[in-house]
Amino acid sequence: MLLVVLEHDRGAMDEAAREALTFGRNLTGQMGAPLHAALIGADDIDLVAEAGAFGAEAVYTVVSDVLADFGPEAWGEAAAELIRRLEPGAVLAGGSERGNEIMAQVAARLDLPMVANCIDVQADSGAGEWTMTRQQWGGSLLEDARLTSERPLLTTGLHALAAERAEAAASPSVQAVEIDLDPSLARTMVKDRVVLEAGVTLSTAPVVIGGGRGVGSAEAFAPLEELAAMLGGRVGCSRAVTNNGWRPHSDQVGQTGTRITPEIYIASGISGAIQHWVGAKASKHILAINIDPEANMVTKANWAVIGDLHEVIPAIAAEVRSRRS
Amino acid sequence: MRILCCVKRVAAPGAKINVTEDGLAVDATHLGFATSPHEECGVEEAVQLVERHGGEVTVLTLGPPEAADQLRYAASVGAHHGVLVATDGSAWDPQRTAVALTEAIRGLEAEAGPFDLLVFGNESADSGGFQVGVRVAYALGRPIVNGIKGIEVDEAAGTVTARREIDGGFEVYELPMPAAVGVKEGINLPRYPTMRGRLASKKLEVAELSSDAGPGGQSLVRLHRPRETVTETVILGNSPEAAPAVVDVLEELGVL
Ligand SMILES: Cc1cc2nc3c(=O)[nH]c(=O)nc-3n(C[C@H](O)[C@H](O)[C@H](O)COP(=O)(O)OP(=O)(O)OC[C@H]3O[C@@H](n4cnc5c(N)ncnc54)[C@H](O)[C@@H]3O)c2cc1C
Ligand SMILES: Nc1ncnc2c1ncn2[C@@H]1O[C@H](COP(=O)(O)O)[C@@H](O)[C@H]1O
Repeated sequence: MLLVVLEHDRGAMDEAAREALTFGRNLTGQMGAPLHAALIGADDIDLVAEAGAFGAEAVYTVVSDVLADFGPEAWGEAAAELIRRLEPGAVLAGGSERGNEIMAQVAARLDLPMVANCIDVQADSGAGEWTMTRQQWGGSLLEDARLTSERPLLTTGLHALAAERAEAAASPSVQAVEIDLDPSLARTMVKDRVVLEAGVTLSTAPVVIGGGRGVGSAEAFAPLEELAAMLGGRVGCSRAVTNNGWRPHSDQVGQTGTRITPEIYIASGISGAIQHWVGAKASKHILAINIDPEANMVTKANWAVIGDLHEVIPAIAAEVRSRRS
Repeated sequence: MRILCCVKRVAAPGAKINVTEDGLAVDATHLGFATSPHEECGVEEAVQLVERHGGEVTVLTLGPPEAADQLRYAASVGAHHGVLVATDGSAWDPQRTAVALTEAIRGLEAEAGPFDLLVFGNESADSGGFQVGVRVAYALGRPIVNGIKGIEVDEAAGTVTARREIDGGFEVYELPMPAAVGVKEGINLPRYPTMRGRLASKKLEVAELSSDAGPGGQSLVRLHRPRETVTETVILGNSPEAAPAVVDVLEELGVL
């Protein structure tokens, strides 16, 4: 059996978990084994049904006070204990921050290897060894790896494949598993949440107006802000910008920033270094504004304007305004 | 406070990452090396914490002898001690790395007492295994939370309050010390070394350890670049005259 550990936040399934189920369906084909799922800290019927829609034939639920909210240690121990009891052939989770964290906790507790952010996996064909392709450098570089393990623990590269429902939804059997968890595991449970902004965030904005070193200063982002506001979007930036203190790091797009998925990313004054590109490449369309026609961002974009962003951005804003009035 | 930071030496590539002929490493012929970004912020955070609360920062790295450069860099921005677990320069898998770092930390703690806080990066910039910090913390019995972008220490209460960014806000965790965190870039803006810092770093005595940890279950076969999608870029024009064409695109995409 292949066990997928489902990431959710207080009952809402994460996209990464859907991706892992989708990935898992392929893998179970290779393994000749059924797809099962684990729900830690939840047993909502909606979640179970959703797991079924993505092909899970059985769902194990573990509920406890210690799992009342997310906590890496308690989730990790619950998943590890489930694995000790069920002895699945392999375990998979989504490659989100939490997904990787839970799997690392599981790996530490079971003292097994873990391979993070796989985009392609070949199950053991009898040689006692799995092989996979995984992401390094946030996806800028790929690694072919070999894994020798009695129980492969894997996560899938985030958004490396799109989540897809199974052709025929399963109606999974549900099994509530009693696990006695040490109350001290709650020491890493979420204690509080603070909401800073309602509405569109950088990772969900339909339009992102990006600015790089070419913008030149913190003040010079004002026209980008204005255009973003007109289009219901958000401003993003490169690491050169955050390093200069022009924008907060929460605006940074890239390997060590946010991965954006807008309908269009307008990247201005950004050269398109690989570490920036990996955060931008999931954009549906890209328009680059750059004085350098050879810049990476330009050659990789769908459209480009070759010119000074300080003139081009205000002109775009003016054109939007005149068409609207 | 006694704080330990684990940092990894990584190549510092630009537009593209090239791979050596044998496919086993990033070709660093024309590149510099740096501390993995999350961990550079980890060192800065540790230095800020001891500036507020008093104490010492120790930086630990596992890597080739040249990784001492990253320890010296940390010293130039305020770290007090540097420890190198020397390898032959080959890439160690995450389990092996974690075992070696755990042994090293046990040894350092046996000598000079426990660390109140272990600071890791959320993931290393190159191999990005997303696990070494968790494995080490678990082996040492310390609570750990990853994805941390804010830390406050309450020495009287013996707790670390840690913030983790989520979409549109943050989660708050409160860990009893001794604790561990996996931090992310953005937790602070690391300072640049001062002249005085640079001089001090030259005098840093790097303590060298070795490890006989055996390999784990994951091994590297070959590195390669992802296939590049070739895009026909349509040039909409030069300078402001292109604005109407840009807005046509926005209209077409339905984002106007
Ligand atoms: C481990 C690691 C992680 C990293 N993570 C990230 C990350 O998450 N995000 C990220 O962005 N970077 C990241 N980087 C840094 C990355 O390698 C680049 O250094 C950075 O993206 C460069 O930013 P930039 O494009 O703004 O600056 P530059 O590369 O300096 O490019 C500026 C561009 O602006 C153009 N320009 C200048 N003036 C104008 C003008 N008036 N009008 C129009 N165009 C103009 C120039 O032609 C040039 O193309 C990382 C690096 C490492 C090593
Ligand atoms: N070779 C190393 N030396 C010191 N610390 C390391 C090393 N490798 C990993 N780490 C630490 O463990 C964290 C997670 O690494 P990884 O599991 O490789 O993503 C890093 O951010 C570092 O803090």
